Amino acid sequence: MDVDLNTLWFTLIAILFIGFFVLEGFDYGVGILLPFLGKDDTDRRVIINTIGPIWDGNEVWVITAGGAMFAAFPEWYATMFSGFYLALVLMLLALIVRGVAFEFRSKDERPEWRRFWDWAIFFGSFVPALLWGVAVGNLVRGVPIDADMQYTGSFFDLLNPYALVGGLATLSLFTLHGALFLSLRTRDGIEERAHNAAVRAWLPTTILIVLFVVLSIFETDIFEQLGVNPGVSAFGGAIALLAAGWLIRDRQHGWAFAMTAAAIVLTVITVFRGLYPRVMVSSIDEDYSLTIYNASSSDYTLEVMTIIAVTFLPIVLLYQGWTYWVFRQRIGRDDVLEY
Amino acid sequence: MEALDFARLQFAVTSIYHFFFVPLSIGLALLVAIIETAYVRTGETVYKQMAKFWGKLLLINFAMGVVTGIVMEFQFGMNWSEYSRFVGDIFGAPLAVEALMAFFLESVFLGVWIFGWDKLPKAVHAGAMWMVALGATVSAYWILVANSFMQQPVGYKIGETGRAEMTDFFALITNPNVFVQLPHVIAASITTAAFFVLGISAFHILRKSQNSPLFLKSFQMAMVYAFIGVGLVILQGHDQAQHMVEVQPMKMAAAEALWDSEDPAVMSLFTIGDTKEREDVFAIRVPAVLSILAYNTTDAEVQGINDLQEQYEQEYGPGDYVPPVFITYWTFRIMVGAGFLMLFLVLIGLYLMFEGKIETRKRYLQALVLAIALPYIANAAGWILTEVGRIPWIVFGLQTVEEAVSPNVDTAMVLVSLIVFTLVYGVLMVADVYLLNKYAGQVPTEDEGDEPEGARQPTPPVDGALQGAYSGD
Ligand code: HDD
Ligand code: HEM
Ligand code: HEM
Repeated sequence: MDVDLNTLWFTLIAILFIGFFVLEGFDYGVGILLPFLGKDDTDRRVIINTIGPIWDGNEVWVITAGGAMFAAFPEWYATMFSGFYLALVLMLLALIVRGVAFEFRSKDERPEWRRFWDWAIFFGSFVPALLWGVAVGNLVRGVPIDADMQYTGSFFDLLNPYALVGGLATLSLFTLHGALFLSLRTRDGIEERAHNAAVRAWLPTTILIVLFVVLSIFETDIFEQLGVNPGVSAFGGAIALLAAGWLIRDRQHGWAFAMTAAAIVLTVITVFRGLYPRVMVSSIDEDYSLTIYNASSSDYTLEVMTIIAVTFLPIVLLYQGWTYWVFRQRIGRDDVLEY
Repeated sequence: MEALDFARLQFAVTSIYHFFFVPLSIGLALLVAIIETAYVRTGETVYKQMAKFWGKLLLINFAMGVVTGIVMEFQFGMNWSEYSRFVGDIFGAPLAVEALMAFFLESVFLGVWIFGWDKLPKAVHAGAMWMVALGATVSAYWILVANSFMQQPVGYKIGETGRAEMTDFFALITNPNVFVQLPHVIAASITTAAFFVLGISAFHILRKSQNSPLFLKSFQMAMVYAFIGVGLVILQGHDQAQHMVEVQPMKMAAAEALWDSEDPAVMSLFTIGDTKEREDVFAIRVPAVLSILAYNTTDAEVQGINDLQEQYEQEYGPGDYVPPVFITYWTFRIMVGAGFLMLFLVLIGLYLMFEGKIETRKRYLQALVLAIALPYIANAAGWILTEVGRIPWIVFGLQTVEEAVSPNVDTAMVLVSLIVFTLVYGVLMVADVYLLNKYAGQVPTEDEGDEPEGARQPTPPVDGALQGAYSGD
């Protein structure tokens, strides 16, 4: 198969979203678990420090994905961002509050101040973890898009049951992913509580993901798109999730974390392959759907951007990987936590 | 008011707010990198204390820059979807490259810097801050490439679909407008950081805080930094004005409230005009200075608003091509005025430093504390001039602001988001200023640099105004 530039960019954006969901996924999970696993202020500081040096770098994955959508598929960027307007306002609100909370939280000792920002971190992690699933659900299910590529629905059209199940599925999957991350990166009893959280999160996660997949068969055409029913990647994702459950009980946290990461990767692949070659499905008329051809930039822009992406993405991976290595040790209560 | 007005207002609020934090981050990251390099070279602990002290303030500021930036990135699609469709081909590219080349660099290495004090060799740790400073500068470059296309479109053609398509990436990234804009913005950032450090150091010198070596040293470094910054920003501003006359003569005419073409053109110092009748009511003007500003000669014609309006009507069809003269005129004066005031302050400061009299000049030090506001005022005024002076165009000569707005986003939605962002930004500003105040008022003890971190006790804050906000422990 010879790959055209449009397909290449579709793939690159999928890769950016994979990077984002795998990395920021555990960040969100850690933020969601923060008020529950941290028994006191020091615990909560330890928990935040596990992602302290890396969360912003992780978040840049989505900024890059947004920029790449704008550059490669401007119509997609314009239709989706103006269409999902209020949902995005909510998401931005969450991201703003979350970003400053990490920085502001420890800069004052008063308990009310700390408690306020701890809950801000929770809220700022919970809302996007939920909304991303809702967005994905709507992308594959289709939304009302007219012949001029304008979204004609309302905010509440986005809150259909199918998309909400999608939202709960990502919410629980990220929580599980985060719990496993914490069990790998902490000491002094926190890792034990993280383990218990993972045990408890596993079953609801599995049920929700399976439910989402089953509903997808009725609500969307993505599995017809994939040819094989229910699709190799979806199937692989389910196996990874089952394996994770077994590995958690076996206290193989490293492997379990790899499995939740795999489940995320395979789910994103399923969604993007199911969409291909569309980027947004129109529920009004199949012909109004945005595709990688009618939504794209000129070939020239795609060529230039390809050269840049192929050069810089590996460099980014290299130094981001290096920071993960620098900050690889477990963190405990007696460590230097101040910053 | 309708969706368009609210969308504009929202853009104004969010972008000015974003740019409230950005220049300090750019300028201070560079300064902290320089300071930490001095520490690596000399091993003197005072430099380490300085790097930590100013670094902490940088971090508080940086967080705000990051979260407000995300709003900027999403906003084009949300409120300006027709614009995004029209220029996505060209405009999206620099945004994506900025994220890939700059944002990763900044955020990854800032994380390394914050948490890496005792994990990394000194030189590597200082290198992390250099990477942050590099990232911030590269980020400014790419975003200004994007903005410059809106001021002076290059390297494009209008395709069959009616969209602007990129034809020459090299032309886009070497847009002449970028090369006048970037140095001005970087110099403005250096100025902003320098006055920030000067003001806070002056405060501590006035209060005779303990650990005066830290603040005296910071004061001296920042004074030199300020001299470089202000000098460059003014020189470069002159270049920029000349460039503006060439590519957007209407903006310059509006900035000068110059209704009719003049040869030689006078420079106005103060005008009370009648914008309806398009004439001056009262004005103080300096002969020929505008001609010099624009063309470096005393007798050159500078085009006036009325002539340009006629010219544009012929070129682009009937319409109103005059930007809001009141805003452009006064923002230009505020920026330039703030610039010269800062130059004046720096010259006095250099003289006093040379004479060794800094610590005794109370009035001067007090003035510097207040002067922290000057670069902020100049920055905001500068951007308002740049952006408002382009009205009615969103992309000069190609698309108007009215055509750019999202057609399917109704007034209520934009109003909701406007209110949400304004409220959240308001609350965050209070928290931010509170923290900056608190940390600016804390004095690191003299021996702090040597101690293991964990053992450190919080230092009691100094007395006085800044302390009012401190009610910790
Ligand atoms: C510390 C801040 C600061 C100071 C002291 C000055 N400027 Fe400035 N100026 C800016 C900060 C700034 C800015 C915020 O960075 C802008 C907005 C857009 C840009 O490129 O830089 C700007 C824009 C800007 C523009 C508009 C360019 C355009 O629309 O394309 C002109 C003509 C000048 N400046 C000229 C000057 C002159 C003649 C100054 C002499 C004192 C001056 N500036 C001082
Ligand atoms: C961060 C510094 C900036 C500030 C303070 C700023 C300020 C403003 C202001 C005040 C407006 C409102 C003008 C009006 O009344 O209509 C505006 C509009 C706009 N600016 Fe900027 N701007 C900044 C940077 C940029 C950059 C870098 C870009 C492009 C990449 C940009 C693109 C726009 C767009 C698309 C609009 C909306 C159209 C309009 O209202 O004119 N701005 N900006
Ligand atoms: C309207 C156009 C703009 C957009 C879309 C935008 C976008 C962003 C985004 C998404 C971030 C967060 C990056 C992160 O997570 O690390 C950010 C931060 C930043 N932006 Fe902007 N920005 C705009 C205007 C500007 C301008 C005009 C400048 C400078 C001249 C600038 C310089 C920076 C810098 C240095 C940062 C790093 C954070 C900080 O220092 O505060 N941006 N911007």
